[in-house]
Amino acid sequence: MNAPVKFETTLKDWETDQEVRWCPGCGDYAILKAVQRTLPQLGADPKNTVFISGIGCSSRFPYYMESYGFHTIHGRAPAVATGVKLANPDLDIWLVTGDGDGLSIGGNHLMHVLRRNVNMQIMLFNNEIYGLTKGQASPTSREGTKSPSTPLGSYDHPARPAAFALGAGARFVGRGFDVSKKLPEVLTAAHAHQGAAFIEIFQNCIVYNKDVFEDFAAPKGAEDRQLWLEDGEPMLFAKDSKGIAVDRDRLELKVVDVVDGDWQAAGVIVHDATNRSIAHMLVEMPFGPYPMALGVLYDDPRPTFEAAVIDERARSSEGKEPNLARLLAKGQTWTVDGTAQDPI
Amino acid sequence: MATAAATPQEALPHSPEAVVVRFAGDSGDGMQLTGGQFTLSTALAGNDLATFPDFPAEIRAPQGTLFGVSAFQINFGSRSIDTAGDAPDVLVAMNPAALKVNVSALKPGGLIIADTGEFSKRNLDKAKYDSNPIEDGSLAKWDVLAFDISERTIEAVKPFGLGKKDALRCKNMWTLGLALWMFDRPREPIHDWLRAKFKSKPDLAEANIAALDAGHAYGETAEIAGPLRQVHVDPVPSEPGLYRTITGAESVSLGLVAGAQLAELPMFFGGYPITPASAILHHLARLKEFGVTTFQAEDEIAAICAAIGASYAGQLGVTSSSGPGIALKGEAMGLAIMTELPLVIVNSQRGGPSTGLPTKTEQSDLYQAVYGRNGDAPMPVVAACSPGDAFDCAIEACRIAVEYMTPVMLLTDGYIANAAEPWKVPDPATYTPFPAKFLEQKNAGDTLLPYKRDAKGARPWIKPGTPDLMHRIGGIEKQVDTGHIDYAPDNHQAMTDARRDKVLGVRIPDQEVCLGETSGRLAVVGWGSTFGPIHQAVGRARAKGLDVSHIHVRHIWPLPANLGDLLKSFDHVLVPEMNTGQFKTVLRDQYLVDAQPLTKTSGQPFQIAEMEAAIAKFFDGIEGNEGGEVPANNQQLPSTEGGNP
Repeated sequence: MNAPVKFETTLKDWETDQEVRWCPGCGDYAILKAVQRTLPQLGADPKNTVFISGIGCSSRFPYYMESYGFHTIHGRAPAVATGVKLANPDLDIWLVTGDGDGLSIGGNHLMHVLRRNVNMQIMLFNNEIYGLTKGQASPTSREGTKSPSTPLGSYDHPARPAAFALGAGARFVGRGFDVSKKLPEVLTAAHAHQGAAFIEIFQNCIVYNKDVFEDFAAPKGAEDRQLWLEDGEPMLFAKDSKGIAVDRDRLELKVVDVVDGDWQAAGVIVHDATNRSIAHMLVEMPFGPYPMALGVLYDDPRPTFEAAVIDERARSSEGKEPNLARLLAKGQTWTVDGTAQDPI
Repeated sequence: MATAAATPQEALPHSPEAVVVRFAGDSGDGMQLTGGQFTLSTALAGNDLATFPDFPAEIRAPQGTLFGVSAFQINFGSRSIDTAGDAPDVLVAMNPAALKVNVSALKPGGLIIADTGEFSKRNLDKAKYDSNPIEDGSLAKWDVLAFDISERTIEAVKPFGLGKKDALRCKNMWTLGLALWMFDRPREPIHDWLRAKFKSKPDLAEANIAALDAGHAYGETAEIAGPLRQVHVDPVPSEPGLYRTITGAESVSLGLVAGAQLAELPMFFGGYPITPASAILHHLARLKEFGVTTFQAEDEIAAICAAIGASYAGQLGVTSSSGPGIALKGEAMGLAIMTELPLVIVNSQRGGPSTGLPTKTEQSDLYQAVYGRNGDAPMPVVAACSPGDAFDCAIEACRIAVEYMTPVMLLTDGYIANAAEPWKVPDPATYTPFPAKFLEQKNAGDTLLPYKRDAKGARPWIKPGTPDLMHRIGGIEKQVDTGHIDYAPDNHQAMTDARRDKVLGVRIPDQEVCLGETSGRLAVVGWGSTFGPIHQAVGRARAKGLDVSHIHVRHIWPLPANLGDLLKSFDHVLVPEMNTGQFKTVLRDQYLVDAQPLTKTSGQPFQIAEMEAAIAKFFDGIEGNEGGEVPANNQQLPSTEGGNP
């Protein structure tokens, strides 16, 4: 979030003259369009918008956005973006990363940009595979993923991006998927959030990990497998015939049947996006026995890092004159005849 | 080795030209503080001086152990002082371990002041002494003044009701008081400093002052009977003006602030704690009113990446580290080179490889600075030769970065970072500003060309937020002019050449000879903190009539345009450096000159005598050369100084 004045643009204004070089059918195309569709609605100003990325398929994103853009190095985009934001807090920063870039080589920076709460939107394209390096298992690959580097199937436990983000101290965690019509809504909410807003976007890599999210993303049967969270609304899915309740004995979430629309009777809880405990349960909720939690899972802003930096600079500069000559002559000085001077 | 130690020395004369004093004690004894205050009083007395703090890597090494010894050496005199001195005239040893580690460096006939209160059986055991050296005659070639400083300190601070432990912590001030008496220094500046330091604990301030005064008074009494005598060192005649003492870390920080002001830019400093570079972060963190933002990042990589981000957004990005951290920053330096953004990278070199010797000095990151990145990644490198010089070098690094849109590495080392020297406070108005320029409108008719170069080969600096200049940059090879992604063979060739030519074309002054003639038999070519010992040794050799000159190179990359011809006008070239011969290799490569190495990697600075011996070798059989035992070519010189065993 940032731009106080609405700026008039259309989707076309955000397209560059560069040929998009993702594989035909890649989920990245849909995400690109969703972002280009969202920005005009936000009234975003291209000159104040900066897309910053690391390395990988997703990180080519800035080249296709008619704004300022910086394609940095593997995993380090959060650090570069932190410097940009501290140098000019008026810039509206969108960070683009992937599961390998953001959670393997750049896991450390992702953790720190979240805990510091630097105001920016962080889009992590999760395709559960290394695409650009030709199909190796990634930190989010499911156990047993066969790839050139894991010919008998991977055996390390996958990282869960949303749980990682929340654990790192994120104050906004959203989820969507590439072709979802609701993705712009999640992006809009992320942009409205003051602080680091983390969005996990499931993205279909049609070459190396095709349709790995089909179990919940396929249009057919989507209602039964997707739980779209809305702040203040009961957690219902499957055409309101099912809902999420709290198992108070085990202190975990459970799926309950809703009869005749009486969700209160079934104990279905109302989504409060500021409830951090429930958010922890939602990001941990395994797909299969549960639907996939999507939308804004958590949104509870607190003061941003750059605001604190600006405030500290103001406080420590108060009443001080930036006089270089005086600074150089600070401390105990003397003239060549050996007379001690009072410290300036 | 041919050192002054070969001839027995007389005890200190009453008015020596220069004196070397080493304070040594346990790392908890406050020796660095004692040394620092003695330095200040010496500067106030108008002597020139150089210091060498030498402390262990451990924060609180076990008390009384050999590896827990912390030392502070100061060389001061009535003439120009360029080094911390070879062998001390006076050694203050606060415990047996301090004596053991340091005594071999002391000049024969030199004075040992030892605290017998610490020479217990237990402490002697810890220092691995079989018998008490004060009593067994093993210190016969030195004057020994041994008495119970601990007890006298406790006595002196008794009126303040301190516990024994707190009372003993005043021992360093008692010792400092004695040293102040010995060298005829005023106590008032130290009194003032103690009162300011213990503002909230006036009792502690007064106790320390009482200890200081008691040590001073003891000197007067002891003179009558013992080896202790008062020594007077005259002030050095120096250029009139205002002076202060400065360490390299302070000087780099101030130079960066000055550089940012001259560039008319806010400064963004990204740092991560590492010895001995952290001091720069600490200094800058307190200078926010100068438009400085300091950011303590999660790691070295984030520190440089955030600085690159800030430069991209229009500030002067700076990062600082030491060898291991610089290694981590390598890939990001390549990004700054590819995206052609200004950036200053300060490397306070220390002993390596790996963690190496964090608190000891070395010059072994020269290859890393000049060559240490993937791809053909040229980058200007500037090396400071002293604490004061680091100020000007920091400004120079900022200038090159901003004028040429390039990262620049500034090399200092652990010695420069920690050592103090008197510094004539410069007038900022005498420096030429180099204001940064940002592109405000399209630079090719209706088109923006983010990589269109100016006459210097620099691309325009374009801040995000500027209307109509939206563009994308990144680490993938850029197309000439447009900056679009371009892998074409001709384009990569053209851009590689452009990056190389830009850096080679950086405007730097011609190399001057800092002592001696511009041609002759031998040029001693140094860089960085070896300036002091080289300058002294060349001066002494010239005084003996030897045809030798001192050339000290500040611009390591690109090298000064006249350097090749200058070197070729000497019969021999000797390159002393605290590594295994890195600059020597660069000179050989660039100029095909037969540069000979003089190397040392003991974690200690060169001694003047070592340099003199190496110079003498080039004058065998020549009048004026007294000869002497000379190390073989390429042979590493052992240090005679103490250090951790």
